Amino acid sequence: MPKWDQPFTGKEKKFIEEGVYGENFVVTSVERVLSWARSNSLWPMTFGLACCAIEMMATAAARYDLDRFGAGVMRPSPRQTDLMIVAGTVTMKMADRIKRLYDQMPEPKYVLSMGSCATSGGPYWKHGYSVLKGVDLIVPVDVYVTGCPPRPEALIDGVLKIQEKIQKESLFKRIGQERANV
Amino acid sequence: MTAEEIHAQVAAQFKEDIVEFNGEALDPYIKINPSPIFEISQFLKTTPNLNFDALMCLSGLDYGADKEDDSLGLVYNLHSIKHNHKITIRVDLNRKNAKLPSVEKIWRTADWHEREAYDLFGVIFENHPDLRRILCPDDWQGYPLRKDYVTQKYYHGVRVDYQEDWGQYKTLEDNPERGNYVFQFEEKAPGLTSQDKKTAAEKGES
Repeated sequence: MPKWDQPFTGKEKKFIEEGVYGENFVVTSVERVLSWARSNSLWPMTFGLACCAIEMMATAAARYDLDRFGAGVMRPSPRQTDLMIVAGTVTMKMADRIKRLYDQMPEPKYVLSMGSCATSGGPYWKHGYSVLKGVDLIVPVDVYVTGCPPRPEALIDGVLKIQEKIQKESLFKRIGQERANV
Repeated sequence: MTAEEIHAQVAAQFKEDIVEFNGEALDPYIKINPSPIFEISQFLKTTPNLNFDALMCLSGLDYGADKEDDSLGLVYNLHSIKHNHKITIRVDLNRKNAKLPSVEKIWRTADWHEREAYDLFGVIFENHPDLRRILCPDDWQGYPLRKDYVTQKYYHGVRVDYQEDWGQYKTLEDNPERGNYVFQFEEKAPGLTSQDKKTAAEKGES
């Protein structure tokens, strides 16, 4: 169980029981509040590479409404975003662009690899000379979503997994990502 | 006009350049020598009763790497919007020296089609204004749709070709031949872009 989920003990528990904080107070840690706020205002970058992008658009649109989870503010500039959804086949030519976009995003930043193409090359794994065999070769990936393409529910699940990860993070310490060899 | 009539009209002008005529095929074609392609194309477009004003498609072909002569091919699908007739012009090329004049001056459509044929089959089009790769990165090696194409092993440090034993490694780090990505934008092939030619001309003048 993560540290922030444990019940209060010692002095704090005593104070709560005695009613020192009054009735309308909630006691928590700064770290937890900040992580909670951060996790519920993910700003994904607007870019798609292939058919997964269509599914991503469907996820963001009215029927599945990614905004319900606070992750629907698609930003056109990498400078304003903290989540990169790699939606589609990453070709060798596009790999340099993806890396540049990732480098332009401010920290803390998260990467979601959507679909089998972005995760491992997918159907182009064996004979696709122009396809990168997994986006984790160039950028560190936090969450992989399977599917070809994944249904909107699967993408939402991936976003929720990233939110879970952010909530468990401390301000100064990131939870390890699948590091790219860079 | 029928294909036979078109062939007869072309043959009257360019008899010795026509290699083969097939009027029985689904798309009747005239096979010609590569070097007079520009003149023949101009004749097909400007002659009033032929008037082939649309190049529908320009395709590259590879007939196999077991022989050198006539192993690469190009197919020009022509259509006349005015007369509503079609003809196919075919050309065979030597795979070691695949070179022929560009028809970009006659049909603007040919610009990108010829770039594609250059990118994927390595056919050099002389007098093309901007003969660069169109699909692959500029610093890609080889011509991918040729039958004897061998995929390069690494591109910018990342593994490109299929690695038979990749599946046995549990993580990326375990795989010693995965390659290490090096961030770099591809370098443009020197002297091939119109911009490069322009800057070179400016430097030469000054």
